[in-house]
Amino acid sequence: MTRYTAVTDADREAMLAAIGVDSVEDLFAAIPADLRLQRPLDLPEGQPEQAVYAHLRELAERNVSAEDELTFLGGGMYDHYVPALIDMLTSRSEFLTPYTPYQPEVSQGGLQVMFEYQTAISELTALPVANASVYEGPSALASAGYLARLAQPAKRRFVISAGVHPHARETLRTYAHGFGAEVVEVPLRDGVTDPDAWAAAIEAGTGAVFVQNPNFYGAVEDVAALAAAGREAGAVVVASYDPITLGILVPPGECGVDVCVGEGQPLGNRLDFGGPSFGFFAATEAYLRRMPGRIAGETVDAEGRRGFVLTLQTREQHIRREKATSNICTAQALNALAGVVYLAWLGRRGIVELGELLLQRTHYAREALCAIDGVEPWHTQPVIREFAVTLPAPVEAVVERCAAEGVNPGLALPEENALLVAITEQRSRADIDRLADVLARALVREEVTA
Amino acid sequence: MSVSTETPLQREEIRTIFEKGAPGRRAFVCPELDVPKVDGLLPDRFRRAQPPRLPEVSEPEIVRHYVRLSKRNFDLDSGFYPLGSCTMKHNPRLHERVTALPGHARLHPFQSPKRAQGALELMWNLERALAEISGLPHVSLQPSAGSHGELAGVLLARAYHEDRGQTRTKVLTPDTAHGTNPATVTMAGLEVVKVGTNPDGGVDLDDLRAKATEDVACLMLTNPNTLGVFDPNIREIADIVHGVGAVLYYDGANLNAIMGITRPGDMGFDIVHFNLHKSFTQPHGGGGPGSGPIAVSDRISPYLMNPRIVKREDGTFDLDEHGYEKSIGRLRGFQGNYGCFVRAYAYIRSLGAAGLRDASETAVLNANYLLARLGEVAEHLPLAFGRLCMHEFVLSGAPMKRELGIRTLDLAKRLLDHGHHPPTVYFPLLVDEALLIEPTETETKEALDAFADAVKAILEEAREDPEIARNAPYSTPVRRLDEAGAAKRPVIRQSLD
Repeated sequence: MTRYTAVTDADREAMLAAIGVDSVEDLFAAIPADLRLQRPLDLPEGQPEQAVYAHLRELAERNVSAEDELTFLGGGMYDHYVPALIDMLTSRSEFLTPYTPYQPEVSQGGLQVMFEYQTAISELTALPVANASVYEGPSALASAGYLARLAQPAKRRFVISAGVHPHARETLRTYAHGFGAEVVEVPLRDGVTDPDAWAAAIEAGTGAVFVQNPNFYGAVEDVAALAAAGREAGAVVVASYDPITLGILVPPGECGVDVCVGEGQPLGNRLDFGGPSFGFFAATEAYLRRMPGRIAGETVDAEGRRGFVLTLQTREQHIRREKATSNICTAQALNALAGVVYLAWLGRRGIVELGELLLQRTHYAREALCAIDGVEPWHTQPVIREFAVTLPAPVEAVVERCAAEGVNPGLALPEENALLVAITEQRSRADIDRLADVLARALVREEVTA
Repeated sequence: MSVSTETPLQREEIRTIFEKGAPGRRAFVCPELDVPKVDGLLPDRFRRAQPPRLPEVSEPEIVRHYVRLSKRNFDLDSGFYPLGSCTMKHNPRLHERVTALPGHARLHPFQSPKRAQGALELMWNLERALAEISGLPHVSLQPSAGSHGELAGVLLARAYHEDRGQTRTKVLTPDTAHGTNPATVTMAGLEVVKVGTNPDGGVDLDDLRAKATEDVACLMLTNPNTLGVFDPNIREIADIVHGVGAVLYYDGANLNAIMGITRPGDMGFDIVHFNLHKSFTQPHGGGGPGSGPIAVSDRISPYLMNPRIVKREDGTFDLDEHGYEKSIGRLRGFQGNYGCFVRAYAYIRSLGAAGLRDASETAVLNANYLLARLGEVAEHLPLAFGRLCMHEFVLSGAPMKRELGIRTLDLAKRLLDHGHHPPTVYFPLLVDEALLIEPTETETKEALDAFADAVKAILEEAREDPEIARNAPYSTPVRRLDEAGAAKRPVIRQSLD
C-alpha cells in the first residue's frame, strides 16, 4: 500500500475472493512468464512527502528564475505578472481535476469557460471562430499548415517569413515533411519580411503563407501587405501573433489573415521553463469545419435552459479517425482558463493601457541601450515589447558578464551577434536604466579583455 | 400548489463574463508611465481603431463568476471518475506545491543551461526513470500530449525507413485503436491499414500476417489494449512485424496496468509514448495540459527530436540543439511541458519501484474487483471479451438495451444522478453499446462497491420504468442538452453586437 492507495490486506482478501482467484499474481496470467520483469525497477526508493518536497525544492534552488535576477529574456515567452486570482481559480478542484467535458450535464463550468475563451480570442484577433486551445504556439502554426494542406491538397508549397519564431519554423518543417509540403523561407530586410522576396516566392502552387507579428526580432510587420500577396495567389494566409500586443495593434482579422495562431503564455500563464501554456487558433468562417481541437458551442437543455456542449465533433479524431482535421485530443484547457481570466482581469481598457505602456518603455529601452558606445539597433522598425540590438563585443560573453551582476540582459542571438531584449510591465524605468548601466560596463570590460 | 424541484444551480440564469460588468469597471491597474511619452511610435496604419470588446469587470465579479462556474463541474476530487482509457487517478497536492516553487514556475525557457541546472537534472532523471520503466534506453520529453507523442513516433518510424532508402507507406492499427492512432498516421503522410481482432480480444494473427507486407512502416499497438486485454501473442506479433522490416509502436495510454511488471521494450517494441497525465498522475485540467514523452530503441534514437539533454563529464547538464544528428526536428517550442515533468518526477520519487508496481497491481485488482461486482448484472451488461481484465474492462450494454429498453447513454446519464462520473461510453467501436470502465488504484473498495450498487439500482429501476433513465439526469445543473442543434447552427462565441 502506498499513500495514494487504500487496499488493506483484509480488503485484498475479500476482493480476490470475489474475483475468484488466489492471488494478485493470477490477475497477470495473460502476460507470458518470460516477459515478466524478474527484478524490481532500478529506481530510487520511494520517499515520504516531506523528503520529495525537499528534493524538488533543492532542484528549484539550482535554477536562476525571474525571481532571482532582473531578466529581459523573451523570445516567445515573457515574464508578465500573473494575478493572484488566477492561481486561486486554476487550483480549484472543480477546474483542476476533471477531464475533457464528455458529459456536458456535469461539465457546464468548463464548457462555459471554453465558450468565453473562444469569444475572447475571437475578439482579440477580430476573426469569427476560435477553438478551445491547442498545445502551444509553434505547433499551432504547424497545425495551421495541416489545415491548409487538407483545404488545398494540390498546393504543396508553403512560404514562411524568416521573422517567424525559429522554433515555429522548425516545427512546421517537421510536420510538413510528414504531411507532404515543401517549406520555402523568405529572408528579412531591415528586420522585416523582404516584400520583394516574399512576392517572388509566392506562386500559383503556394498553399499557405506564414508570418509573425511582431516578428521574432520584435519588429512590427506590414501584415496587410504580406497577406494581400498571399491571397492573390489563393494561399491560406496564416499569421502568428503575440496576444499581448493586440490591444494596440491592428488585429489580423482586419489584415486579410485567414488563420491566426499564437503562443498564449503571455496571457496569465507561468513561464514554467517553456510549458505547459496554450496555443490559440482562430480563423475566418470558411475554415470553421476544418479547425483542429475542441470547440464549445451554445445550446439548450431539455427544459430550455441555456447550456454548452462540445460541438462540430465530426472534425475530430475520436469520430473521424484517419480523416480527422487533426490528431489532437488532450489540449490545454486549464491554461486557456488562465488565459480568459487574465483577459477579463485586464479588461477592455487594460489591454490598451498595457500595450501603450510596453510600447513606451520598449522605445525608452531601445534608446537607452543604443546610447551605449557601439550598440546599434539591429533594425529600425517600430517595436512594441521587444527589440534587437547588435553589440561591439561577443554577445554570449557579454550576457555572462551581465548575469554575474544579477541582470539577464536578454536572449543572445550569436549569428547576428545581437541581443533580443524583452520588456514587460514588471520592468520599470529604473530596471531599464540598470540594464543599460550593467550592459555598458560589461561591454567596456569585454572590449578591454579582447 | 405544486412544489418546484428545481435546484438553485438549475434556477441560476446563465450569463457569460461578457454579459456581466459595466463600462468603467476594472480589475487591472496599470503601472504608471515612468518614461517620457513619445507620440507616433506605432504608425497609424498599424494601430487598432477599436479596442477588443473584453469584459469590464471588477476583481470580485471575476472571482464570483468563475467560482460559480466551477460549481457546475463534476471533478475527480469530489467523486468517482472511472473514465476508461483516461486513468483518472488521484492528483497529489504535493505536486502542485512543488511545481509552483519560483525556481520551477518562473524559470524562463531561454535561460542559459548553466543557470537551469536543477531543471535539466530533473529532466535527465525523469528521462532515465522513463527509460527504465519502458525498457527502452532513449527518451525525449518534448511531445505535449499522447497524440503528439504518437506523431513523433510515426515520423520517427518514417525517418528510420527513409534513412535506409525505403519508402514505406502503410501503418497497421488494430480496429480497437484509439482514434488518435489513425488520425496521426494521416497527419504523418501515411496510410492506415486496419487489423482485425480475434475472439479473445487480441490481434487477429492471420489478418496481421496477411497485411504485414514490405511496404508497412509500423504497427501501432496498445497492450493491454482498449478492451483491457493483454495480448499474450505479443512476441509473435513482434516477430511478424519485425520480419517484414517494420517497427513496433506502443501506445502508452494503458501503461498504468504494467509498471514494474512487464516492459514494452522487453516485448519487442521500438517506440513508446507515455501519457504523463495518466500513468504519472497530472491533474487533467478539464482537458489538458498533458505531456507525451517518448522512449525508443537504439536503432530509432538517431532520429529523435532536438534539443537533447546531455550530461557532461563534470556532472553538469546541457541542452544540445544538434544532439541527434539525423533528427526529425522539433515538434513544438522549447523543451516540452516542464510543469508536467516536475509532477511526474515527484510522483516517481514518491512511489519508487515498489510503489509503481503496487500502483499497477492495485489498479488491476480494483478493475477486476469492480468487474466481479458488476458480474452480478452480467445478464444485462456482459464483459465483452475474456473473463479477467487488466486495469480496465469493456462491458456491452446490448442486452440491457434489448431487454430493459435503456441504452448505454441512458445508464451513463442516470449514473450522474447517483453522483458518479460515467465510464467512457461507445468506445471501443467494435463493442455494441460499449462501456469502458477504469477505476484506477486510488479508489477504495467502498467507492467501487458504491458504483456497482448504483449500476444495479439503475438496472432494477429500468426494469420497472425505463423512462426514468431515458430522461436522466435530473439533479445536474442542466438536463440533457441538444447536441444536434448545437452542431446544426453553431454558436461558438458570445455575440456582442
